[in-house]
Amino acid sequence: MSVIVGKTSQAPDFPIAAKSALKNDQLRRNVAHATNVIRNKRALRVEEMPDWEDLRQAGSDIKAHTLAHLDHYLEEFARNCELAGGKVHWARDADEANSIAINLIRHYGGTEPGLEVIKVKTMTSDEVQMNHALEAAGIKPIETDLADMIVQLGHDEPSHIVVPALHKNRVEIRDIFRKQMGLPELTEQPEDLTNAARHYLRDRFLRAKIGISGANFAIAATGSVGVVESEGNGRMCVTLPEVLITLIGIEKVLPTFADLEVILQTLPRSATGERMNPYNSIWTGVTPGDGPQAFHVILLDNGRTRLLEDEIERETLACIRCGACLNACPVYRETGGHAYGSIYSGPIGAILSPQLQSLEHSRSLPFASTLCGACYEVCPVKINIPEVLIHLRGRVVREDQKTLGGKLSAENIAMQTVATVFQDHRRYEAAQRLARIGQTIFKRDGQLTNLPGMAGGWTRSRDLRPIPKQSFRDWWKARDKNGEETREKKAEERA
Amino acid sequence: MTAREEILARVRSALHTAPSDPVAAHARLSHTYNRIGKLSREACLELFIDRLVDYDSEILQVTAESEIPQAIAKALQHADEHRALVAPVFPAACLPPGFEFKLDNALPTSEIEGVAAVVTTCEAAVAATGTIILVHDGAQGRRVITLMPDHHICLVHRDQVFELLPEAMTAIAGRTTKPITTISGPSATSDIEMTRIRGVHGPRRLTVILYG
Amino acid sequence: MIERLGHTVEFPVQQTCCGQMHYNTGYHREAVPLVRRFVEMFRDAEAVCVPSASCVAMMREHYVMMAEAENDPAFLADVHSLLPRVFEFSELLVNRLGIEDVGATFPHSVTYHPSCHSLRMLHVGDAPVKLLRSVRGLNLLELPNKEQCCGFGGTFAVKNPDVSVAMLTEKDACVVQTGAEIVTALDNSCLMQIYGGLHRSGSKVRTMHLAEILESIEPTGGLA
Repeated sequence: MSVIVGKTSQAPDFPIAAKSALKNDQLRRNVAHATNVIRNKRALRVEEMPDWEDLRQAGSDIKAHTLAHLDHYLEEFARNCELAGGKVHWARDADEANSIAINLIRHYGGTEPGLEVIKVKTMTSDEVQMNHALEAAGIKPIETDLADMIVQLGHDEPSHIVVPALHKNRVEIRDIFRKQMGLPELTEQPEDLTNAARHYLRDRFLRAKIGISGANFAIAATGSVGVVESEGNGRMCVTLPEVLITLIGIEKVLPTFADLEVILQTLPRSATGERMNPYNSIWTGVTPGDGPQAFHVILLDNGRTRLLEDEIERETLACIRCGACLNACPVYRETGGHAYGSIYSGPIGAILSPQLQSLEHSRSLPFASTLCGACYEVCPVKINIPEVLIHLRGRVVREDQKTLGGKLSAENIAMQTVATVFQDHRRYEAAQRLARIGQTIFKRDGQLTNLPGMAGGWTRSRDLRPIPKQSFRDWWKARDKNGEETREKKAEERA
Repeated sequence: MTAREEILARVRSALHTAPSDPVAAHARLSHTYNRIGKLSREACLELFIDRLVDYDSEILQVTAESEIPQAIAKALQHADEHRALVAPVFPAACLPPGFEFKLDNALPTSEIEGVAAVVTTCEAAVAATGTIILVHDGAQGRRVITLMPDHHICLVHRDQVFELLPEAMTAIAGRTTKPITTISGPSATSDIEMTRIRGVHGPRRLTVILYG
Repeated sequence: MIERLGHTVEFPVQQTCCGQMHYNTGYHREAVPLVRRFVEMFRDAEAVCVPSASCVAMMREHYVMMAEAENDPAFLADVHSLLPRVFEFSELLVNRLGIEDVGATFPHSVTYHPSCHSLRMLHVGDAPVKLLRSVRGLNLLELPNKEQCCGFGGTFAVKNPDVSVAMLTEKDACVVQTGAEIVTALDNSCLMQIYGGLHRSGSKVRTMHLAEILESIEPTGGLA
């Protein structure tokens, strides 16, 4: 099995990628602006809900329950979807999902090269790199979500799971559209850019024979599937083509239609700060005379079952991809999404990407967080992301310690030494004294400004106040020696 | 082993819990959030209108059903639209004279493209979110006719308006064999610098005619 | 300051570290002896005052889980018994002792940074603000965008120094914008970070732990 998550296998470590992202002022301005806007809108829409915490709890309960009975609900969904005229395919990994899709497209669309298929935003297809696979097979995927279009036409990568082109501003988007759509006169007014996209896609919607969608949920009890969107491109893709192929991660299943009443309240408010997004499409198999007359679902594992075993890790699969944690994250805010080296960025990406691939890639991501807890606070299904991050850090450290390089790494040696020192207060005090003497050679104007080794990461851009001549501990001991005398004297002074 | 068997086997081996009854366990999940609205009828309708306006929908209010044709005419006249699509079973008595109403007898897309407006009924509506819910059947039309025209005019009976989403979802729960679309305002995007732009691919205008 | 309120303070000099740095960096095994040591050391205390919100968060969020994983019922029982007696400094004063005015005088302008762990894990709420408001002469200035992390994050500060400093730069800009002489918090670790950036940029804003401010009874606030 080969689990692929976007381009994680080629991605540099987070600190390195982040360093170059931080140099891009335009990117940082764009990201800060966008995340500020969504954060504020979300806060407004959450505040008006008196039962928000109850909805979060209900969402968390439903997801935990579903995952605990995932085999049951997957089988139930597949049965009901097929009873309604759909066909369900199962894909162990990215390659299998892509070849199922390619075979279906060939079956219905023929083998003529350059066959166009229209796509509505699906992160899962980015995860399996479906567009690359389709292109390699001579099929032309056309992204129809405005942001996805910007990313596709700009030969870029998504930087956010809900607003994939959030790192681009209007001028940058205008330049991409001018070049790729052949519209040299196009202005950077969002209305004009949106209009250009509408015209560019209209014909393509009408002539495409095959559509590809993701799904925000699949309902086991009814076999239904749903897409949550705003622009209407989703409705176009799931309505106009003769054939619809829907790619769904196995964790997206929900037990009953009634469970939607929770997710459809929390998802839009968390994702875009809207009470409700403009469109939700829910369909069940094939409806004679209405929409695609051939409907195929691809249920994708691609590493998801690896997260089920451990209960802390399993929480990750509760994610409904709202992106609220990205918008709330102070790290994401500085770097944007590309630094994570995965199509799943931000806090959820930092736990999802490494786990899907058994920590083979994205190993630096669990450390790309200050554990400030902002992600957990906004998560509509209460995923305790900081807890999962710490858990994954533990796994990375344990694995590293099994290798010689890991054992001898500066970090491991330092952490082992400090742990030994902390186990005995005499050693601790001795270390404090030693550091006080040792630091003198690094002092400049009473500050530590240029420490060696890992501490150098600190002092490159920050000062460090030296360890004081007398620590609290020393002061306390001295005071205890003088005992009551000191205390009485102090009391007198105060009186 | 087929992919299906292998994935299910992975799930089962990962869960390693004693098999229990999922249906009973699901029924035991607590629902402490609000499932039933608390507002009076009047306040609920007021909220609905407020939320529709907030999301750029247009509203026409009538009381008697006999006033519906006039309201439809007004909605169409406003945009200088002469032709509109309706489902074949749409009640003819509700349609105003002086316009061309094209019946959707399984029309090909090419004949739908180019018609500026569509008139439908709906299944339910949600006040708290300003949402109308279509179950694509009967006078609510096929999905395609509610999607291609630039202007969607939707009749909503006042009794169809629920305060909260869970109430409306309960009302439509038995109808999932038909495609369902929930619509909250006109098509929109915020993908460019988070500026909300009305009208991308779906109808750029949504007019709700509230009656009954 | 606590003695001034009429309580007896003991400082067991055998104590070292709560284990947070090791645990949060992924050195879970290495943190266990430190946790055991902490629990042992404070087992019989009537109340444990911890002037660091993140240490208290470490205890409340992870000690039970760690003790469970150790499969040691006596250790687990000790953890369960100790945790309700552990208080973050401002919690001890406001929630446990019911005091907001500790009799302090500090005639300076101060801005308060609600550290992430105090805010989102301990939920100390406005306890520290109540304490600051009761200090004579103190002018409390609102910190813009106060709930955003300062970028410290323990070993994050050295493992991801560039991002850490970028976050710090935003935080320090907000601090400077208030015009306050002092920035205070419930965590010395955050204050070390904030100080590091302020001092490097030549700012004169000082960092002080809330306890240092509340300790002051001199008319000048004890500042040189």
